[in-house]
Amino acid sequence: MKGEAVNDYRSNASRRENLVIIGLGVLLLATTTASLLLGKYPIEPGQAIAMLVDKIIPLEQTWTDQQATLFFNVRFPRIILALLVGCCLAVAGASYQATFQNPLVSPDILGASQGAALGAAVAILLGLGASGVSIVAFAVSLTTVLIVLLVGSRARGNHMMIVVLAGFMVSTLCQAGVSYAKLVADPTNQLADITYWLMGSLTGAKMDQIAHAFPVMLIGCAILFILRWRINILTMGDDEASTMGINAYAIRIIVLVAATIITAASVSLTGMVGWVGLIVPHIMRMLVGSDCRKLIPASMISGAIFLLVVDNVARLLSTSEIPVGILTAFIGVPFFLYLITRKKKI
Amino acid sequence: MSIVAKHVSFSYGKKEILHDLSFEIPDATLVNVLGPNGVGKSTLFRCILGLNFRYQGEIFVNGKSLKSLSVKERAREISYIPQSHAPVYDYEVLDIVLMSTGSDLKMLNTPGKAEAKRAYEALERIGIAEFAHRNYTQLSGGEQQLVLIARAIAQNAQTIIMDEPTSALDYGNTVRVLSCVRQLAQEGLSIIQSTHNPDQAFLYADKTLVIEKGCLKAYGDPYDIITSDLISDLYNIDVKVNSLYGDKVRVCVPTHEIENHRN
Repeated sequence: MKGEAVNDYRSNASRRENLVIIGLGVLLLATTTASLLLGKYPIEPGQAIAMLVDKIIPLEQTWTDQQATLFFNVRFPRIILALLVGCCLAVAGASYQATFQNPLVSPDILGASQGAALGAAVAILLGLGASGVSIVAFAVSLTTVLIVLLVGSRARGNHMMIVVLAGFMVSTLCQAGVSYAKLVADPTNQLADITYWLMGSLTGAKMDQIAHAFPVMLIGCAILFILRWRINILTMGDDEASTMGINAYAIRIIVLVAATIITAASVSLTGMVGWVGLIVPHIMRMLVGSDCRKLIPASMISGAIFLLVVDNVARLLSTSEIPVGILTAFIGVPFFLYLITRKKKI
Repeated sequence: MSIVAKHVSFSYGKKEILHDLSFEIPDATLVNVLGPNGVGKSTLFRCILGLNFRYQGEIFVNGKSLKSLSVKERAREISYIPQSHAPVYDYEVLDIVLMSTGSDLKMLNTPGKAEAKRAYEALERIGIAEFAHRNYTQLSGGEQQLVLIARAIAQNAQTIIMDEPTSALDYGNTVRVLSCVRQLAQEGLSIIQSTHNPDQAFLYADKTLVIEKGCLKAYGDPYDIITSDLISDLYNIDVKVNSLYGDKVRVCVPTHEIENHRN
């Protein structure tokens, strides 16, 4: 008779990593609840809970209509947006890092963010509203990545290297476009709008916009979650993956497209929220290891927690709100520098 | 027949790498592929593995035409053991071995207990079950190579291709890996490996396949094929094949070096 441990084929480390993921799930619930109860506008925790319960079972109203409007139109959508965008950017980052076999890759390496910025800048110049800006940003972002992938597929030599180079080039082109848009923008309102968009913020969260993006994000995340074990095999290189019965080329394209779409959907709603896709998978790799079967769910949960907490800091800490894009960079850059200078292998 | 190649040629643009190769490899045979750098050994392997598809001629693996097989079907017939290399990300040894069990899984599934059992048994068969929960990057080069052999075993294919499995290993690990490979061939697998050391063919090969400038120079029993003349000609140095232990083993010695050294 073999012992329990052998029959299960799981190591103690693996069990511990599963517990970490469960712990993160509990933490996610706790931070979400706390975020719903916290805010500058006075809503008593009891009132907040009552308002939420009221949506399912009608209660006697102990809150003012103004409080309800603020809670459901401002605080609630903002928290949902932080959770969704954090989850998407982190899982996209983890997937990109695996498919490019490079731990220092972020989900906007193929130009998704810069493309979205160009789209948003043009939409603001054209005087479109918030929804219009999001839609144009999303469309231009996807187009940008498509161009980069097309260039990569037509080039000779190391495709992945060419794709990354093309991503840099096209991003630079988009940046130049954004600069030009700022130059010709009306300085009294448009310029400020563009600048503020580039900083990234969750303030403008609207439930209907979120509802549009939600199915896209859900499908993209589901694809990455389903393929998570096959993404592991891609890190061995295409030739080895193929000889093990995995259609490496097809899976790589599916993963890149799914990760790009959720990145584009995220940045088109919030503006440039950088670093989440780079930092969160790194921290998770230290906690649960490189196995994407664990890394992908762990990144999803902790990405949501990370952006929610940073956004709470942004909206609660100072009277004039700091854009969340700036805060993620304040936290992200020092961490990145620490990562690339520390001696131990990642 | 494990592998049948019929008039296989391969060109990169106008440069012909392989020219009209035909050979048959029976089941349960350990084949050693010899030839200087750049004669097309790796290209031949890539063709047999289905990584290069633009070859002329035909290749049959276990009786099935290679070009008619899907990626998954191919993986069930033939597996590949690359040179041990440091992966970018670290995985548990069992998870590395598990990677080859995917050819029987549906697209949406991840491996479960049955696959984990298969992977664990492959490690047991190679005799390295105690590595199962160690990190791959913390193993030595020879140990990593054994893990990759276990991974190929877990794939359940009858034919295994190894590209210079021992080129990065020290002497002890080389012997350990090669004797493991010979054992597997005796257990019924066909293994084709390339090497730079002709001596290995005498101890670790049932057949030797010699490639020179993309053409098949010789194929057969290593004791018949590997002669002083062939090795001298192939590598363009003076070599004499010597017999040891009542001709149970032979070794190649570069003779002119002896004279230079002693005078």
